[in-house]
Amino acid sequence: MDAKKLDVILDKYQREPSSLLAILQDIQDEENYLPKDTVKEVAQKLGVPLARVYALATFFSSFSLKPRGKHICTVCMGTACHVRGAPRLVEHIEREFDVPAGGTTPDMQLTLETVNCVGACALGPLVILDGEYHGNMNPAKLDRVFRPLKKKE
Amino acid sequence: MTVKFKIQGRTYEGTEGESLLGAIRRYGYEVPSLCYHEAVSPYGACRLCLVEVQKGKRRKLTTSCNYPVMEGIEVFLDTEKVVKHRKMVFQLHLAAAPAAKNLKELAAEYGVTSTPFQPADEKNECILCGLCNRVCDEVVEANAISFAGRGTSKRMESPYDETAETCIGCGACVYVCPTDCIGMQEEKNIRTIVRWHRDLPMQTCKTCGRPFAPTFQLNEFAKRVNLDRSRFENCPDCR
Amino acid sequence: MTARIQTAADLKTYRQKLTAGRDPQKKTISVCAGTGCCAYGSTKLAAAFEQALGERKLQDQVQLRLTGCHGFCEQGPLVVIHPEGTFYRRVKPEDAGEIIDQTVQKGEIIERLLYQDVEGQSYRKEAEVPFYKNQMRVLLAHNGMIDPTTIDDYIAVGGYASLSKVLSGMKPEEVCTLIKKSGLRGRGGGGFPAGVKWESCRAAKSEDGVRYVICNADEGDPGAFMDRSLMEGNPHSVIEGMIIGAFAIGHPGKPEGYVYIRHEYPLAVERLGIALEQAREMGLLGKNILGSGLDFDIKINRGGGAFVCGESTALMASIEGQVGEPRAKHIHTVEAGLYDKPTNLNNVETWANVPLIIDRGIEWFTSIGTGDVSKNPWGGSKGTKIFALVGKVNNTGLVEVPMGATLRHIIYEIGGGIPGGKKFKAVQTGGPSGGCLPESMLDLEVDFDKLTEVGSMMGSGGMIVMDESTCMVDVARYFINFLAEESCGKCVTCREGLRQLGIIIERICAGEGREEDIQLLSDLSQTVAEASLCALGQTAPNPLLSTLKYFREEYEEHVKLKKCRAKVCKALIKFTVIEENCTGCLLCKKKCPSGAISGEKKEVHKIDQSKCIQCGVCHDVCKFNAIRVE
Repeated sequence: MDAKKLDVILDKYQREPSSLLAILQDIQDEENYLPKDTVKEVAQKLGVPLARVYALATFFSSFSLKPRGKHICTVCMGTACHVRGAPRLVEHIEREFDVPAGGTTPDMQLTLETVNCVGACALGPLVILDGEYHGNMNPAKLDRVFRPLKKKE
Repeated sequence: MTVKFKIQGRTYEGTEGESLLGAIRRYGYEVPSLCYHEAVSPYGACRLCLVEVQKGKRRKLTTSCNYPVMEGIEVFLDTEKVVKHRKMVFQLHLAAAPAAKNLKELAAEYGVTSTPFQPADEKNECILCGLCNRVCDEVVEANAISFAGRGTSKRMESPYDETAETCIGCGACVYVCPTDCIGMQEEKNIRTIVRWHRDLPMQTCKTCGRPFAPTFQLNEFAKRVNLDRSRFENCPDCR
Repeated sequence: MTARIQTAADLKTYRQKLTAGRDPQKKTISVCAGTGCCAYGSTKLAAAFEQALGERKLQDQVQLRLTGCHGFCEQGPLVVIHPEGTFYRRVKPEDAGEIIDQTVQKGEIIERLLYQDVEGQSYRKEAEVPFYKNQMRVLLAHNGMIDPTTIDDYIAVGGYASLSKVLSGMKPEEVCTLIKKSGLRGRGGGGFPAGVKWESCRAAKSEDGVRYVICNADEGDPGAFMDRSLMEGNPHSVIEGMIIGAFAIGHPGKPEGYVYIRHEYPLAVERLGIALEQAREMGLLGKNILGSGLDFDIKINRGGGAFVCGESTALMASIEGQVGEPRAKHIHTVEAGLYDKPTNLNNVETWANVPLIIDRGIEWFTSIGTGDVSKNPWGGSKGTKIFALVGKVNNTGLVEVPMGATLRHIIYEIGGGIPGGKKFKAVQTGGPSGGCLPESMLDLEVDFDKLTEVGSMMGSGGMIVMDESTCMVDVARYFINFLAEESCGKCVTCREGLRQLGIIIERICAGEGREEDIQLLSDLSQTVAEASLCALGQTAPNPLLSTLKYFREEYEEHVKLKKCRAKVCKALIKFTVIEENCTGCLLCKKKCPSGAISGEKKEVHKIDQSKCIQCGVCHDVCKFNAIRVE
């Protein structure tokens, strides 16, 4: 990450170690994941042990230590979505794109993630693609949602 | 502040707020534990030090390591509940760390010699007690390792599972580990802390020529006490 | 330009000016812009209205207002035309022009956009729609009427009047007593009397006068979105509650506020952020609020994707920049919590109740609900509760009812029963800490204590309805896996206990269950419940134990008969072709991901069981009902 960009983020939180979580979130918003060098720099510039930053980065599910794809697909696995068939949606995407849940396609186009409830339960099962929510999904509808992506391949 | 409390019906004295497990052991009673050590803060991970505590009208099953001694509490050590749950906790431990040294022996002392549970990893020796981490953070203040991940993927690791760069090779973690799974070796004047992938060249004594401490460690000490590095050229025997 | 409100009198004058300048008869189009309706495209709908109004040069005569969640999520996008209250659902952007021309201008109804119940009866007004009529919407009353990004809307409907009342002559201790007497109990799931908590926190020692006032907006229970809707739709109600709380708990002194919002709620973070900014600009947050001498402000902390951070000590650790590992609560957080200072943590809905109670009084509040709290704050469950009614139910959405309403009332009279003519099987309440209740419990009055008595729990308000196509063993498996992933991993009983419960139950679902398994599940559950460090572990076995209690036959069928009656567990079901119905259309063969279907065009197809992975796609796509699941 650009050193200046990092400094802007660190200064936004007055370089407070208690704001580590927010700092890491801002970095991931910029870089699409948490680059190792940046994590080390954060530890060094805030004067906190790298072990502590690493613990935070691996404890919270929202962080990714590996680069993520251009498109991020998140399938909600909340109870209401589960009862309405969410696991089958995950399997369907895993098969269609040959990517495991939590992983990224080798061409870095798509990352498939699961999340434990986004609070849109009435619309279950729900799939979020690049920030857009798609409700009442089934494998057939999913194919339509993913069509623009498949075209690029 | 000194307070009075009871263990197994007998009255004892203790300092308010001290670890109940520490007090119980001080008076000669035996309670098993794996993640407790007087030198560091209690953590409550292994769940073996279970006791029942009566406070006023309420009676509770609790771990004793992190329970603060208070005026008037009554502690019971081997109730049916304690024995039952402690047995199952041992069984969970045996399945979680089948290769852990000392674990089977301790479990056997309390009558547990097998487990109905399926081991997840036959080779696992680490019981995730966190003692290595707490000793490194609180006593040595090298902060070289930490818990990574959470839930069933929780593990004790050096950052990115690469060389623990701030580890000074003191071996305190190795000493305090209840299952001896960290490993410290020395070969050709290099000390290795195996689990944290840390290789440290040793400094040899100016006088007797023995390798006595990792160079990195001595550099750190010199910085911390703000003394000249030359003060650390001789081993403790030759100083 | 935001006005600066420095005294209670200022606020009163400001409100009067606002209401004077607002015509209650003015035609308003209120479009639901909650996360649910947004997912259905309400943003495009709102844009279409804006354009249509512009084209007709009606922007000044007709007001377009984007509001928070209206609650009837199943039927979104939702539009309400005021002042009549005409309720339209499943509105598309193409309908915008017609709605303005017919309904707004001429008062004529567009039949196809009206809500129709299962019997085909239409309802014109929002208040008449059974979903709304059978509720008691006091907390959600304003969600459909105010624009959450405009503080003026909140003030115009009486917002901050309660704060004004409190700061104009009440003593902090009086406020604590009032909240205690109201019987308000924690809406996050614990059901602990808020007033008692406030008093303890106030009484705790603080050398430097710092006390923390926290709003737990982590809402981790899957299937619950009440807090999200309150924060997106009426964030000021929560802010006002917190300021009143800060006064009651920490004044004179240095109270500081935090709202901890889970990472998965970006819209709530945004709306609350805007609301806080506006409250600050107006002087309702900051120094010397309404001239009372109270200094108080609120920061937002975002979660990082960890259910365990809904637990109060883990939440506080997270705010401190540490991992969300809970600690044993022998010393309560009201005495030593965040940064070891006295801390009062309450849930979003609990805070939103505070201005309501101050405004309407405790006689009103205690008249709603169950039990008697006049001598004991735990003696009953007072006020209303918002539930997220989801799953296999016709009218999914947010439902607000008085404590004591029955499950039947919620699921049938408000929820409209089970879709597709299927049979009710169970309702899950309390999220991963709660349990599943069967049909025999439908007349149970929903309150804190009754639900706990029968092996479930109120929890935060998630209510998931299940029908005959839900496998109860699979439900238990789902919750165990969820908790195993979300466990912080510190204590062996929770981490390894959940892992082992998961292994055993997976075995059962895979058709490899052994006779001893059910007893082992029960025994291990007891240890996990009694010997774990925090509430996550202690309540983790509840879904499993409740399904064992009420649906034991299903477990036994899985173990002894290798049968899954709901046809969910893959290893126990088989997909075959119903030969009489098969037209040989080749569709299932094309879609089958494992090439398990054979057969030429117009020939009856056949599924090769050795290749079939039970994905269910053939069953989904067949138009002739020719795939059997057994």
